[in-house]
Amino acid sequence: MKQEWPLWEVFIRGQHGLSHRHVGSLHASDAEHAIQNARDVYTRRKEGVSIWVVPAADITASSPDDKGSLYDPADDKVYRHPTFFDIPDDVGAM
Amino acid sequence: MSVAGLIRMGDNTLVLGQRLSEWCGHAPALEEDIALANMALDLIGQTQLWLGLAAEREGAGRTADTLAYHRDAWDFRNLLLVEQPNRDFGVTMMRQFLFDTWHLDALTALTEHDDAEIAAIAQKSVKEATYHRERSSDTVIALGDGTEESHTRMQAALDRLWPYVGEMFSTDTDDLIDMSGLRPAFYAYTDTVFAEATLTRPNTDFAHLGGKTGARHTEHLGHMLATMQVLPRNYPDATW
Amino acid sequence: MYAQMIKSEATQDDPEKLAAFQARIDAGDKIEPKDWMPAGYRKTLIRQIGQHAHSEIVGQLPEGNWITRAPTLERKAILLAKVQDEAGHGLYLYCAAETLGVSRDELTEMLLDGRMKYSSIFAYPTLTWADMGAVGWLVDGAAIMNQVPLQRTSYGPYARSMVRICKEESFHQRQGFDIMMKMANGTEAQKRMAQDALNRFWYPSLMMFGPSDAESVHSEQSMRWKIKMNGNDELRQKFVDQTVPQAEYLGLTIPDETLVWNEEKGGYDFAQPDWSEFFDVLKGNGPCSVERIEARQKAWDDGAWVREARLAHAAKKQAAKVAAE
Repeated sequence: MKQEWPLWEVFIRGQHGLSHRHVGSLHASDAEHAIQNARDVYTRRKEGVSIWVVPAADITASSPDDKGSLYDPADDKVYRHPTFFDIPDDVGAM
Repeated sequence: MSVAGLIRMGDNTLVLGQRLSEWCGHAPALEEDIALANMALDLIGQTQLWLGLAAEREGAGRTADTLAYHRDAWDFRNLLLVEQPNRDFGVTMMRQFLFDTWHLDALTALTEHDDAEIAAIAQKSVKEATYHRERSSDTVIALGDGTEESHTRMQAALDRLWPYVGEMFSTDTDDLIDMSGLRPAFYAYTDTVFAEATLTRPNTDFAHLGGKTGARHTEHLGHMLATMQVLPRNYPDATW
Repeated sequence: MYAQMIKSEATQDDPEKLAAFQARIDAGDKIEPKDWMPAGYRKTLIRQIGQHAHSEIVGQLPEGNWITRAPTLERKAILLAKVQDEAGHGLYLYCAAETLGVSRDELTEMLLDGRMKYSSIFAYPTLTWADMGAVGWLVDGAAIMNQVPLQRTSYGPYARSMVRICKEESFHQRQGFDIMMKMANGTEAQKRMAQDALNRFWYPSLMMFGPSDAESVHSEQSMRWKIKMNGNDELRQKFVDQTVPQAEYLGLTIPDETLVWNEEKGGYDFAQPDWSEFFDVLKGNGPCSVERIEARQKAWDDGAWVREARLAHAAKKQAAKVAAE
């Protein structure tokens, strides 16, 4: 048998309540092993409190050719970005 | 309160941490390399706590480092199990599994110790030991069950290390707790893991003794210490 | 550096696509795995990231050589954590290379059979404890100079792994310098070790940046693709200028009698390393070249049954799960 441990994508939620974030990948033989490896590889500095692992092969990604249709429509919705709004300095931090 | 009991705890983690650190850069996969180093780091950290407290209680001006680097083999009080060489990954992980199972139960009992400093070290260590046992259990199961070759290797590792299990439950007044009381839980837990791993527990209770009393270590410890202690021994005036 | 003498591949793609690709890079876009990229870009990156990863993994060995002999419990823990980080960095980089369509096993095999290289610096031996200081101070110091700009490299997965690596590496050079300070201010024997370590690691450290750009025909294309961010000579000069005052602070002597401050260029003039030695090392004739690959080969061979068994167990578990459903 000449086969590699499958590749897993690792997502970690940190201590501050933000959503799980993709932190990297690793190889593991199954899901339990992947969780343990993720703990050892990606939380060496106490970076996370919750780990998700997903087989890389099971991820469906948008095609780069669709980039235009997916993202361009948002280009004219600049109001979604906070810097769109001019807030007078007197108002303070916002 | 027994300084000897603290030294036993610290020598176990020191010697096993040293053994595991020998793997760094040589493990079967990068993920396993990193995991072994994490275990070694946890154990070295625990060593600093146990031997630090032992030195403090002893009150003879020694430190965790002088205890680690300036005692000879006969003054070490670790279990014979942890000084056994790494041999292959199977022996290393079987040794780890047997130790972790005992260690977790011993530490859990120690969290209730009357001595607050002992209980505090145990509380910190128990979290680490819980994960160690989870990982080593899963590894023993996977490798015991995996292929014909891995099964053969894991059964051989178990047979080879089993005579060093009994010493974990031998006890005397130097121990921080009565270690003999931990035996039933050890058998219960390891039997469930062995069943999943399709491994057979050896049908003998024969036990090599002499590590935790220092009466008779194996030949391996002297070589390990010769390596580990070379710098402080060769350059006693130096600070590092 | 960790990736030396990377031959950049000529590419024969559609000129229109090439121009659009170059425009994206010039505009500061990140290239992502599924994006179109010139075949030469892909091949060059695989070679570069792969060599970088191999350097991390082989780089575990010279420092790993002293973990079991570290002189205090704290030094042992710090060194172990550092060498463990190198395994982690190798892992991140292999994963980045995998996004380009090569597997970690393939890369490993290419390292073991000599088709791929690792940085020349790791073919040198670590002979005393002061070498742990010198490696951290000089080797990590040189590596950081290359890795910090690589955080802005054009290939997204490579850039992201460099961000993580740089964040983790920040303590590596400091721990090395800390060891050097202790040694340089220690007993006579320790001072001797410190000077000896500097003597042995100075020129191999200068070699890390690779030969002069004037002789490197591949730099230009890689710079245009933003997978090489700075010239070799430029980084080497920066390294010397940064390191000389640090050596003075330690009371150690750089083993270069020609070393002199050049007011006009605002930097030091210094002697070049022996480049014939460098090419010998790259060919596998470094002092420890044979031992390094032997160690990696042994780990690979000895670990085969473990890697296979884990997969076999996972397959059995999966089959049992399916049967139960």
